[in-house]
Amino acid sequence: MASDANGRAAPLVGVLALQGDFEDHQVSLEALGLRTTQVRSAAQLGAIDALVLPGGESTTMLKLLELEDLWEPLGAALRSGVPTLATCAGMILLAQSVEDPAQRCYGLLPITVVRNGYGRQYESGTFALTPATDELPTDLEGTFIRAPRVTAVTGACEVLARRGADPVLLRKGNLLAAAFHPELCVGHPVTSIFAAMVRAVADSA
Amino acid sequence: MTTNPTNLPVPGFTPEEHKSKIGFCEMLKGGVIMDVVDPEQAMIAQDAGACAVMALERVPADIRKDGGVARASDPDMIAGIQAAVSIPVMAKVRIGHFVEAQMLESMKVDCIDESEVLTPADEEFHVDKRAFKTPFVCGCRDLGEALRRIHEGAAMIRTKGEAGTGNVVEAVRHMRTLMSGIRALQGLDAMQMDKKAAELRVPVELVTWVRDHQKLPVPNFSAGGVATPADASLMMQLGAEAVFVGSGIFKSGDPVLRARAIVRAVTNFRDPSVLVEVSKGLGEPMVGINIDTLPDDQLLAKRGV
Repeated sequence: MASDANGRAAPLVGVLALQGDFEDHQVSLEALGLRTTQVRSAAQLGAIDALVLPGGESTTMLKLLELEDLWEPLGAALRSGVPTLATCAGMILLAQSVEDPAQRCYGLLPITVVRNGYGRQYESGTFALTPATDELPTDLEGTFIRAPRVTAVTGACEVLARRGADPVLLRKGNLLAAAFHPELCVGHPVTSIFAAMVRAVADSA
Repeated sequence: MTTNPTNLPVPGFTPEEHKSKIGFCEMLKGGVIMDVVDPEQAMIAQDAGACAVMALERVPADIRKDGGVARASDPDMIAGIQAAVSIPVMAKVRIGHFVEAQMLESMKVDCIDESEVLTPADEEFHVDKRAFKTPFVCGCRDLGEALRRIHEGAAMIRTKGEAGTGNVVEAVRHMRTLMSGIRALQGLDAMQMDKKAAELRVPVELVTWVRDHQKLPVPNFSAGGVATPADASLMMQLGAEAVFVGSGIFKSGDPVLRARAIVRAVTNFRDPSVLVEVSKGLGEPMVGINIDTLPDDQLLAKRGV
């Protein structure tokens, strides 16, 4: 089991495992020394120190959040301030407003997103990003897969990286959200920022 | 411990192809891909929680019934489905019919299924899938078929099963054969690996990747004969990472209820109590066919080896 220098167990990250590439997130988090567990029910939200909302199909996740009676419990966990990494479909769930089509969202991150805002899979690919923080390498890249596009930042929120003019990596308090897929990045530069957020919260507890 | 395929280069794929093509398929994991024949069915599938739809003119059960040559669908019908839903839209081409594939790519279909369900166009060669930007999925019955398709550029593999029968027996056979083929590579030395690669007709690097990681280098889904939530869970427990459901939903008594039940069954595939709950009162499943009553020339899985 992963542990820190004092022999304490590493923080446990719950990865929402309704649908999508949750296993890739587990691999990158574990490579950074964190423990992970898959979350499919409200009971499994109890023991975790941090959360990941992975990529996948946001309509599918939304449907399953309702069918599994998870919408409210997950919302409560998110509002409690637990450190959360949300990628692609996960970012759509956190947004203030979703367009094309409009759909239910938690409204915790002050952004407007357009689903598949860069186009269909044919337009997917890996693009050079412009980091706005020295927490990230200057040669940062992001893989965008039918990705959501942030068209407006409507409140206080830190933009950590852009693709062209578009914000693609944002932080507000303990929420970190990416329009791309950090779990597919070799070296895990974005997930490392999240791991530091998780450890900071765990250490202050 | 799972392995992260994206951080392990796959022989034959550039890092960019790996991330964008295989990455797309990774996003479908834990989901259900449903066959639909019109925009209305596509919307029902999306609303039930499908992670993608397969647009085709006739579901396999009807292709089987109608006979004749089955080809790629009318572009108009595919475009109608693309306009109706926000989830990924896939479509099928005949084995080896690279022009049908060029047309689907030009329509920006999200993923192309080079499928044995349609009548093969080439008895010797499959489509050179590396020539496309669009990810491809292909069927297989065993490790050799899977690796030949990956070598040709497939970014996702699905076991073939026997489409349009509502009978899961062939899907089970193909998944078990594939998984035991992977396990049987353990402990082979360099000489044995050379022999194995020659036998499977693929580069030894690809076989070595599978031996070392004990999985396929691309997502491994199941198809062909899934009709119930229990069938879907069975395929997941046998090693599938997502499930294609063809005729099983819209040839059943209550497609909305069944679609939703199969979606929940795939998410909760290890939880029998959820399977019991979702299997209650589903109405009539599609009428199944016993595979051993099918004449040899009607077995779709034998196409494209």
